[in-house]
Amino acid sequence: MSVKRDSFSVSITVGAYGSAFGASAVAADFSVLQACLLSLLLFSGASQFAVVGVIAAGGTPLNAIATSTLLGTRNGLYGLRLAPLLKLRGWKRVVAAQITIDESIGVALAQKDEAQMRKGFWYTGFGVFVFWNLFTLAGALGAQAIGNPSAWGLDAAVPAAFLGLLWPRLSDRKSWVLAGFAILLALTLTPNVPAGIPIISCTALAIIIGWRK
Amino acid sequence: MSTFWIAVIGSSALAFAIKYIGASVPETFLSNPRILRINTLIPVALLTALVAVNTFADKTKLVLDNRALGMAAAIVLLIAKAPFPVVVLGAAISSALAYRYI
Repeated sequence: MSVKRDSFSVSITVGAYGSAFGASAVAADFSVLQACLLSLLLFSGASQFAVVGVIAAGGTPLNAIATSTLLGTRNGLYGLRLAPLLKLRGWKRVVAAQITIDESIGVALAQKDEAQMRKGFWYTGFGVFVFWNLFTLAGALGAQAIGNPSAWGLDAAVPAAFLGLLWPRLSDRKSWVLAGFAILLALTLTPNVPAGIPIISCTALAIIIGWRK
Repeated sequence: MSTFWIAVIGSSALAFAIKYIGASVPETFLSNPRILRINTLIPVALLTALVAVNTFADKTKLVLDNRALGMAAAIVLLIAKAPFPVVVLGAAISSALAYRYI
């Protein structure tokens, strides 16, 4: 698989979902400017949806910030994984940090050697950034037709993209066991805790299963 | 400052802080084999959870809808070793058809 093609498919697919974000933000009474700033500055889909979701449900700004930040902690873990690979300083580290998201690390980690991994990170990070922001603006400006992600199958394209990234990583028994437990835990927690928590909770499973050889 | 601006600026600032701190932790932290092993498994755990939640959750409710059919198509295509764009497109088309006709 070519790293450019991987990066482009992920960027377009995930970027297009930005229209749903833009539309949801405006529907929750955020201004078009605020929706676009969230995509430019926060730039982490799940956290952005969390901010909008909590405010729309009547939550306080602090509640919205806390939920969004908890969801964003995985980006810090991704950064930890990437730092020895990218070896960056100064402004390049600042730029890399901003585009450290599910998709850029996902494509990077799916590559076979270090040079391809670095390419995967930068191509996907920039690609998603560009498309996500453009589609956020489009969605916020009221592109109602594409604002219904279900009618376009976009709501299934997102988990399919994650699954495509996960697939090559299910290389041994340990990762399959972990995946099984992660599905169970995430779905068991979903009706019982605030949205977003079930995902981050699965980090604990990785720690438990990775603790012993 | 309005509720909206506090949420926008606060969450954006903290999101960047987390990303930057993650990128700045000393390399030696990762040389421990246990940390390395756990760190390799973390994406498996999170990607699996993201797949499960994005397929079967609507906020905090569990639902079985058009997305499940899209994911079934994606699994079949992955087993058939289809390329990534075909997997994603196949899932999207199956899900959109299910949304319209079921």
